[in-house]
Amino acid sequence: MTRLYGPKGWMVLGIFSALIFILFPIVSLAVPPDSPFFLSQYWVTLIGKIMCYAIVAIAMDLVWGYAGILSLGHGLFFALGGYSMGMYLMRQIGRAGQYQSDLPDFMVFLDWQEFPWQWWNTDQFWWALLLVVLVPGLLALVFGFFAFRSRVKGVYFSIITQALTFAAMLLFFRNATGFGGNNGFTDFKSIVGLPITTPETRMMLFTFTGFVLIATLLLARWIVTSKFGRVLTAIRDAETRVAFCGYNTVHYKLAIFTLSAVICGVAGALYVPQVGIINPSEMSPANSIEIAIWVAVGGRGTLTGAIVGAGLVNYAKSFFTQAFPEYWLYALGLIFILVTLFLPKGVMGFLQQKNR
Amino acid sequence: MTANAVPANEGGSFGHLAGEGLDATHGVVLYLEDISVSFDGFKALNRLSLSIDVGELRCVIGPNGAGKTTMMDVITGKTRADEGSAFFGQTIDLARLSEAQIAHAGIGRKFQKPTIFEHHGVFENLELAMKADKRVRKTLLSKITDEQRDRISDVLGLIRLRENSKQVAGLLSHGQKQWLEIGMLLMQEPRLLLLDEPVAGMSDEETERTGELFLSLAGKHSLVVVEHDMAFIEKIARKITVLHEGSVLAEGSMAQVQNDPKVIEVYLGR
Repeated sequence: MTRLYGPKGWMVLGIFSALIFILFPIVSLAVPPDSPFFLSQYWVTLIGKIMCYAIVAIAMDLVWGYAGILSLGHGLFFALGGYSMGMYLMRQIGRAGQYQSDLPDFMVFLDWQEFPWQWWNTDQFWWALLLVVLVPGLLALVFGFFAFRSRVKGVYFSIITQALTFAAMLLFFRNATGFGGNNGFTDFKSIVGLPITTPETRMMLFTFTGFVLIATLLLARWIVTSKFGRVLTAIRDAETRVAFCGYNTVHYKLAIFTLSAVICGVAGALYVPQVGIINPSEMSPANSIEIAIWVAVGGRGTLTGAIVGAGLVNYAKSFFTQAFPEYWLYALGLIFILVTLFLPKGVMGFLQQKNR
Repeated sequence: MTANAVPANEGGSFGHLAGEGLDATHGVVLYLEDISVSFDGFKALNRLSLSIDVGELRCVIGPNGAGKTTMMDVITGKTRADEGSAFFGQTIDLARLSEAQIAHAGIGRKFQKPTIFEHHGVFENLELAMKADKRVRKTLLSKITDEQRDRISDVLGLIRLRENSKQVAGLLSHGQKQWLEIGMLLMQEPRLLLLDEPVAGMSDEETERTGELFLSLAGKHSLVVVEHDMAFIEKIARKITVLHEGSVLAEGSMAQVQNDPKVIEVYLGR
């Protein structure tokens, strides 16, 4: 307990838990809609979505902020988790689709007679959960094994991870791949038998996301305060020294990269039922770069910074895309430049320095 | 020498010195035979043969480009030899091991430029280097024991950084960083220490103390010291190897080497 956070840290975490598990459910479900305290579905979805992004940011911070591996393909792992959950949600639609077939509408449209092999068992919730973990995890394990073993580092690693997510996006754009092509999956009706659009189900997904966010933060904190975490930071600062100390750095990088990918997959699986859509644009290279920006804004190497960064940037994004949609990318670029110039250690790094 | 320095052992009792894996029964800890390495046609090492005895302190000198650093790269697995063999003790073929495995087998290396973990504290630097099970799962769950704390504390005393143990390593002076790196090597409990220009950038006093430290380590460990600082070499040297153009030019005591006509020709020009 004391290793993870001091009394102040636990207090902040307690307040956050109280908001997520007590206050938000009350103001969203128990307070009448005409009350000024009522929390609309718009906010529940937005905050839920941002919490998913915060989970991704923690995962990114583990590999980039601590181990010094700048992956620009983390959007892919997020999307794969989302697609794994999406397949299950498509199966949950059953015959309630437009064509009233057992097959999802897009398959009927393509004139397919049966499910392709990759849809095997996807009507089972436990199988979907397994895929959420295994697909991003195995991909990261295999890809990371070859990249780290060949000593691909720094900007070269960043570029090939960009290429990886781009290649996957092109693959998922094809109808023949079997995941709905450029439309992806949408029009979900229910999850584990519950109607997916009711405020109750949404609040359930919201609180569960909050729970996973807190659990991820504590797990990550436990990792970075362990000797393993210190080895990761040492790899970031002087990898050859670590190897000459007798550590197999490939195993360490592979372990944290794979764990990070799995966490992203889980975040993607929580994101899809709340947002109600998943399509290949989630795999676009720009999405993965944005993840790195969240972490840079919040402060690399501070886990709370990752959460703060994901929150700030995404809140700004939802504001801008409504108020001045065409200027969002300029604003994002400007934020990134300003942070790099004036807050090289991010918002949290700046606050920590001030407190010293 | 500080009170808690590692007691200098005479290098005679090989049975006591031979640890698990390392078979040094013939009194030789490192054996290089006919090693050649070339980079794009340039022969960095040219049929280099060298053997280091258990407990020996060997100094290696040579002009720039003589192959001193490449030799260390080959021993530690950073560079693979094109030809020849490198054995650690009688049985361990270094050509078949990775850098981490070689470190585990008992070879520690100090780099030319001090490489320490700048963002970790001095104590943590030593903790990470400490001999332990260094696999991922073991490291994740590892907890430091009192015994390990004592060992770190001993080394902190030896490298005179006890007062700095909580300080961030990046803030140490250059000489202190060199000492910390030497301390990290000692935490690995290596049988053989390779030290590449260990006194570069040190003050005279620090150089003096480093010499004393090395002399106290010899016997318990085997040391190979590469240096340019001839005054330092003169103080600590017992046996010197002179490298030139990738192979051994001369070997012997300081006086022998200094009077060798081939060495004089290389150093004073032709």
